[in-house]
Amino acid sequence: MRHLVYLFFLIFFATNAFAADAVKEPQKEGSLKDEIKAYIQHHLKDSHDFYLGSYKEGDKKKYIGYIGLPVILWDNGLKMFSSAKFKHGKAVVQKGSAYYKLYHGKIYKTDAAGTISYDEEHHPTNEKPLDLSMTKSVMTMLFTALLMFFLFRSLARSYGKNGNIASGVGRFFEPIILYVRDDIAIPNIGEKHYGRYMSFLLTVFFFIWFLNLLGLTPLGINVTGNIAVTFGLALITFLLTNLTANKNYWAHIFWMPGVPVLMKIALMPIELLGVIIKPFSLLIRLYANMQAGHIVLMSLIGLMFIFNNWIGSSLSFVLSFAISIIELLVAALQAYIFTMLSALYFGFAVEEHHDEAH
Amino acid sequence: MEKLLGEFSFGLFIWQTVIVVALILMLRKFAWKPILNTINEREEGIRSAMESAEEARQEMQNLQADNQRILKEARVERDGLLKEAREIRQKMIDDAKGEAKVQAEQLIAQAKEAIESEKQVAITSLKNEVAELSLQIAETLTKEQLSSDKKQTELVQKLLKEVDLKA
Repeated sequence: MRHLVYLFFLIFFATNAFAADAVKEPQKEGSLKDEIKAYIQHHLKDSHDFYLGSYKEGDKKKYIGYIGLPVILWDNGLKMFSSAKFKHGKAVVQKGSAYYKLYHGKIYKTDAAGTISYDEEHHPTNEKPLDLSMTKSVMTMLFTALLMFFLFRSLARSYGKNGNIASGVGRFFEPIILYVRDDIAIPNIGEKHYGRYMSFLLTVFFFIWFLNLLGLTPLGINVTGNIAVTFGLALITFLLTNLTANKNYWAHIFWMPGVPVLMKIALMPIELLGVIIKPFSLLIRLYANMQAGHIVLMSLIGLMFIFNNWIGSSLSFVLSFAISIIELLVAALQAYIFTMLSALYFGFAVEEHHDEAH
Repeated sequence: MEKLLGEFSFGLFIWQTVIVVALILMLRKFAWKPILNTINEREEGIRSAMESAEEARQEMQNLQADNQRILKEARVERDGLLKEAREIRQKMIDDAKGEAKVQAEQLIAQAKEAIESEKQVAITSLKNEVAELSLQIAETLTKEQLSSDKKQTELVQKLLKEVDLKA
């Protein structure tokens, strides 16, 4: 029921934002399509500020619930200021002797006038400072991390108060924790070694799941659909797999037992490539799935305004509603798959030596 | 691919890694370890409770079997005792009967013997008496001088009448 409310909010807010933009510009259809496309592109990207919606008032773009987020730059020393100072890319911010400008979601170093020069492909050639800003995605992750910390610490504490029986919201999460242990970790890693991977598997499962669900709220968040985030997650899986791997794992990569010497040599590069491809597939899968889900959902919502009639618009409303429900499933499914495959890779890494006949 | 790399934000990657690693470490200390420990403990508790229940059940069964066995043994023993008692009684009766018979026979034999000896004594004494009587008769006969045959015969007759044979 709660998810349904979320869904309604999602559609409500998203349509509001579109409606405001669409109604104010009674231009030809092409420009509306372009605008929706630009809007989706903008949504998929991380951003330096946070707002619930925007509309146009005359020539000015107005924002609802705008919050400036901290910008942190490393450019000959640490520089911090609020992203509100960029005034959505219109203003040049001076910090010390340097000038910075926000252009298409990225911060560039400019001169005092904020000139941005382009190459032939219309890419800015200005220098980019090292950007360590607390962007919308960072804030969302921090929020998720805090939420998880309080949720699961309260579950851990409720055991003490309630005679080893979970109480409150923990009753919902305890079976999921048990599921991760009994159906993801133990079958893939094995009874003997699963314990040391549990912290990672549980954290990653809930982290991805919560972020995926947050992506379905009308807050316009797309964290798990960001390649940097999925790369970071997959990198941890990669490091954990290879740092905890035993002799047997490396033997299967560099000197495959039970095959002729020529095969051993031929298999070596393939297996070595596999070491990298496995976590790479993790990062691409999560990124692509979440990205695609957001694109499809937002395109369907956008279609309502392109159709602009009762039949087409309500049809795409029903479609977007259905896709939203599927996305709810995908949110859990992708978290499951990421955790499951990570566990599988850990399982390869700690697999005990078995006889040559296999 | 170029678009993917263009989208890659190094700052976000750094933040993400820091947040996730910190979250894993914090949750491991404050949540996952206590939670998993509690769950394991609870499962262990359930397992041991079930095991001890099974043990108790087994023990009950053993106890019942024991009781049955003891009852059966007691019954067998009682039956044995009863049988033995019956046998003893029978034996006692039989013994007594036998003894009585033997004693009776002995008594009869003794009695017979006594009768026999009495008879012998009686016969002997009769013999003596007869002899004495004969002698007396003879004496008397000789003493009285037998005057006539007639008188003599009368005397013998008279004497013989006097001697009434007892035996």
